[in-house]
Amino acid sequence: MKFRFRLPSVKVTVGLAVLIVFTFVAFFGASLAPFDPSARSNDILQSPSAKHLFGTTHLGQDIFSQILVGTRSVMFVGFAAGILATVIAVIIGVTSGYLTGFGGEAVATLSNVFIVIPALPLIVIVTNVIPNSGDWAIAVVIGCTSWAWGARLLRAQTLSLRNRDFVQAAKAGGESTWRIVAVEILPNLTAIIASSFIGTVMFAVMTEIALAYVGVSGISEWNWGEVLFWAQGQQALAIGAWWWFVPAGLCIALLGTALALVNFGIDEIVNPRLRGGSKAVIRYPDGRKARMRLGFTPVLTPRTEEAGRGGR
Amino acid sequence: MSPVLEIKGLSIDYGTGEQSVRAVNQVDLTLNRGEVLGLAGESGSGKSTLAYGATRLLPPPGVVTGGSVLYHPDNGEPVDLLRMTPAELRAFRWKELSIVFQGAMNSLNPVATVAAQLTDVIAEHRPKSTKTERMVRAAEMLSLVGIARDRLESYPHQLSGGMRQRVMIAMALVLEPRVVIMDEPTTALDVVMQRQIMRQLAKLKEQLGFSVIFITHDLSLLVEFSDRIAIMYGGRIVEEAPAVELYDKSLHPYSDGLLHSFPALRGPRRELTGIPGSPPDLRDMPVGCAFQPRCPKAFDPCGVSPPPLVRPASDRTRSVACYLHPSA
Repeated sequence: MKFRFRLPSVKVTVGLAVLIVFTFVAFFGASLAPFDPSARSNDILQSPSAKHLFGTTHLGQDIFSQILVGTRSVMFVGFAAGILATVIAVIIGVTSGYLTGFGGEAVATLSNVFIVIPALPLIVIVTNVIPNSGDWAIAVVIGCTSWAWGARLLRAQTLSLRNRDFVQAAKAGGESTWRIVAVEILPNLTAIIASSFIGTVMFAVMTEIALAYVGVSGISEWNWGEVLFWAQGQQALAIGAWWWFVPAGLCIALLGTALALVNFGIDEIVNPRLRGGSKAVIRYPDGRKARMRLGFTPVLTPRTEEAGRGGR
Repeated sequence: MSPVLEIKGLSIDYGTGEQSVRAVNQVDLTLNRGEVLGLAGESGSGKSTLAYGATRLLPPPGVVTGGSVLYHPDNGEPVDLLRMTPAELRAFRWKELSIVFQGAMNSLNPVATVAAQLTDVIAEHRPKSTKTERMVRAAEMLSLVGIARDRLESYPHQLSGGMRQRVMIAMALVLEPRVVIMDEPTTALDVVMQRQIMRQLAKLKEQLGFSVIFITHDLSLLVEFSDRIAIMYGGRIVEEAPAVELYDKSLHPYSDGLLHSFPALRGPRRELTGIPGSPPDLRDMPVGCAFQPRCPKAFDPCGVSPPPLVRPASDRTRSVACYLHPSA
């Protein structure tokens, strides 16, 4: 049998590539930036040029540098909050799904309460209370408030897994609860955990940007929401300074798309049925095409009818 | 006997290009009017692929790569299923040829009543029929397969496995097709239920006069209920003979192995041997006869080229693909 290396689909490749670029910028953006993002200059409100790739603000700050420097905060908060929320979701979701009786119900109620708490206002209040709300504080606050949906999802799945025969068999075999959860149940949840992680990262990025946009988080540090905050405050749209908000907006959209693409990839790994879908049209060496369609198997008879018959 | 379904040189691939695998290789098979043709073979021998490919029901990546499947209507010119447009196929299916699917008992929609599922197909093919007509027909079909009429409003979960299987058979027969393909219809049932259903099928066949292609790996079932048996191995038909003759004296060593895999109830004691080894890997078929690596009687020519399916000199009523039984 020939072994064939399977490249991940185009979607996943593109998504991962964009994510890698953003991660690179997050690490090295500050040193790559041509200007200090906060430094003022005499180039006030200039449109994009070779010197200022994304133009300048009303104070003469270089927007390209702001975006580059701001990437770190966005990526850090996104992934840190995503990891934190996923860890909490796994712990809460799996325990509430696996435990029966009062304990399980109590934990499930807790996550239900967290679902109905409006996250953004809560985050606004909490970050205002915390004295020096740096990226860490914001990541922790977002992480602690956004795990509930993932927990609910995992709880539902765990509830259904708990009664499967292989889990019952492990129980009957006297395995410890920890081992059953870690070895029998968790591997079955990998896909849900992964996609809920990606979803939470997206949510955290959006929340952080929203926070910065409404002016909550520490103004001293740059991120994309900060750029939008200033653009909004200075009426960028009204004065026609499109370069002020378009790059930040595009970056947000691009990051969101990349995360969504990676999520599709996870779906395809988990659900093989999604994989074949891309090859709806098949091409034969002689150039003819046929459509793969359920219920109507394509017929590709050789051009020379008799050659194909052969037989006896 | 006149043929009703003629499969000629049918080849079916999974996938295209270099990665493709030939699951059915130039198979010729004829189903005569009013006949039960058994198709037997191990898992992976291509029997289901043959049936689904011939009816163009094979899901992607299955592709028919050659041959023809001629359907002979009662009056009129034969039609080639492989040349039909989707619309023609849709009209043809169920009206002329229906299928009882593998694991049919799980094919029923759990949230629709038996009546709804039975009348659906009539409504599709006879749009002018009234609702009452359809219900009458559905009730009639149910009683034909031995289910009380008051079960019409039942949901599938309210029926036993055997009853669900009967509902599926009723559904296949509701438009009185000329050909019914049954893909392991009794596999999930116990032997008592198997026998009941097979009896009923035989009776229905007498009443309604359709022809059956019966796919199974249970050769003992075929010996009892079918007129002719075709044995498949590695995507080819290796032997085809009237059921009784095949049982009494199988020519191909593979059929022989299959027949010696289950005990006979009557007659002299036979030794149960089974067949050593495992079915061939379709990606890496042996040169020559596909069965040759497992064959106890393999000799020199077997490793050279696959033997053609021929009528052996000893008995002209059957055909076999084995160098032990040349045609002349």
